[in-house]
Amino acid sequence: MSVVNKVLVTVAGFAVMSASHADSIIKIDGSSTVYPVTEAVAEDFQKAQKGAVKVTVGISGTGGGFKKFCRGETDISDASRPILKKEMEDCAKAGIKYYELPVAFDALTVVVNPKSKITQLTVEQLKTMWEPAAQGKVTNWKQVDPSFADAPLKLFGAGSDSGTFDYFTEAVTGKAKSSRGDYTASEDDNVLVQGVSRDVNALGYFGYAYYYENKAKLKAVAIVNSKGKAVLPSEQTVIDGSYNPMARPIFIYVNEKSLERPEVRQFVEFYMKNGSKLASEVKYVPLPAKAYQGNLEHLSKKKLGTVFGGEAEVGVTIETLLAREAKL
Amino acid sequence: MKANELDQIRSVIKTNKRADLIFALAGFLALMVGVMAFITLFGEMVANGWERINPDFFTSFPSRRAANAGILSAWVGSLLVMLVTALSAIPLGIAAGVYLEEYAPKNWMTDLIEINVTNLAGVPSIVYGLLALGVFVYTFGFGQSILTAGLTLGLLILPVVIVSTREALRAIPIHIREGAYGVGATQWQVVSDHLVPYATPGIMTGVIIGMSRAIGETAPIITIGALTFIAFLPPSPVTDTVPFLNFEWLFSGFTVMPIQMFNWTSRPEEAFQQNAAAAGLILVLMTLMMNAIAIWLRYRLRKSISW
Repeated sequence: MSVVNKVLVTVAGFAVMSASHADSIIKIDGSSTVYPVTEAVAEDFQKAQKGAVKVTVGISGTGGGFKKFCRGETDISDASRPILKKEMEDCAKAGIKYYELPVAFDALTVVVNPKSKITQLTVEQLKTMWEPAAQGKVTNWKQVDPSFADAPLKLFGAGSDSGTFDYFTEAVTGKAKSSRGDYTASEDDNVLVQGVSRDVNALGYFGYAYYYENKAKLKAVAIVNSKGKAVLPSEQTVIDGSYNPMARPIFIYVNEKSLERPEVRQFVEFYMKNGSKLASEVKYVPLPAKAYQGNLEHLSKKKLGTVFGGEAEVGVTIETLLAREAKL
Repeated sequence: MKANELDQIRSVIKTNKRADLIFALAGFLALMVGVMAFITLFGEMVANGWERINPDFFTSFPSRRAANAGILSAWVGSLLVMLVTALSAIPLGIAAGVYLEEYAPKNWMTDLIEINVTNLAGVPSIVYGLLALGVFVYTFGFGQSILTAGLTLGLLILPVVIVSTREALRAIPIHIREGAYGVGATQWQVVSDHLVPYATPGIMTGVIIGMSRAIGETAPIITIGALTFIAFLPPSPVTDTVPFLNFEWLFSGFTVMPIQMFNWTSRPEEAFQQNAAAAGLILVLMTLMMNAIAIWLRYRLRKSISW
């Protein structure tokens, strides 16, 4: 509490600062992709507790969320990608230890206009369209594949601040944030939905939930996976790992200190018990049941840290994640 | 007067009248651009959001199900933030305006301050957000609270209040001042008994313009870290035990109407767009209501002034 704050409290006479802090408020912030799942859990958890525990959820993006998390301002951080080296260092400096818990899958969905003839694409073809070298050069579908129609190529994608952008670029061009710049970018996925649904020659990508809610206006493109099979996004194909490399796990990071508070532990346990049901309700793909169980075991065995070592990675299956050894 | 001279005069008059008409038409069209744009936007919001507006919409917390989601935490948050904004900006703004107009010596320092105040009114709101993040949230340790948000928006509208206070003071006839000094009033008596009461209607206009701007602000509020999902209300400012007032709410987390709207517009489900339209409609009505109260107050105050 700073000097000014003290003065203010004295002036107010009886403002009880400590009470507002010691109150059982669980503070969550971070990714907008994970937000719908966490919001659903927070909503039901507060109902189950009959308002005894207060939960707040903010949207600062994965990066912004980690900044607050590693300053100890939040109890839980929503993340649509694993924690990065720089963020691990920040947390370590502040003495903050954490658990990394995958909570659901998001299937990045590549969509075209329903009138388009395109039904499937390879990652190579996507790379031709999206790599930085394509900027200003690849402007016609024919350039992507000679068999495609002679029509202008109109691209719609996530803005560069989002975790979706990071993951898509990593999966397609092999390097996070490496993308051409001359496409219609928006942080608001509804703008992309509108764009693709109005242009026969358009192609775009965003989270599965936005495709699902707008199925009538869009057509999902099957992605040829590492085994050479064209696969459409669905709960089934994401769980069995065949929809790769576009399926990604999303996480919550829990502060170890916060977890000592009974209400935070209850919240996390509630998350793991109801995560599956709530994730599918908000159109995310739930993890297999044993993954949520595995998360709870990690908590009880105090498996602190991340299993990614601060590196971005694509196409990891949930089994591999759970089997790996976590490190701080 | 010769007949052809008369014709000449008539044709001049005709040309001038035509110019009159053309300008009136152009002016009317210019006015309509603004009015029609507002009517179209407002009409669309009414058409989209009307169905969602029912008592439950005001008494429900946000929810993942569009049909259950409401704006309780948002409108309460907006009102409390506005309260802090008004309580901080109005006294400070009026005091600063009165000082600059009545007390400050006319020198380069005052000129510099004047220029700065006028320029401040044009500073983008996000800059105030960044300032507040550094000063209120971290340096003063107020956290991401209603107090921080209210003070930030208070700073934002301060220049508007100062400028309108000065304009209102300048509009008071010099005779009032001279008459008061003439009968031996001190400067403080002149200011407190005559100038400020007479200037109040004008000051109110400035305050309302400022508050209407502040209630719709999103950028600075997001910058200082307002929440998106919050399903509880801040502690009540009024309690049933002595001293009946409670200031804990100042330090509570919060959300405001524009943020709630923004969150809903970016949702995948179509039904949330309806919620966003309904929330927008309420926000516009809140602003109109604030304006209406101000106009009414102004009218009453004007009536009580007798020069």
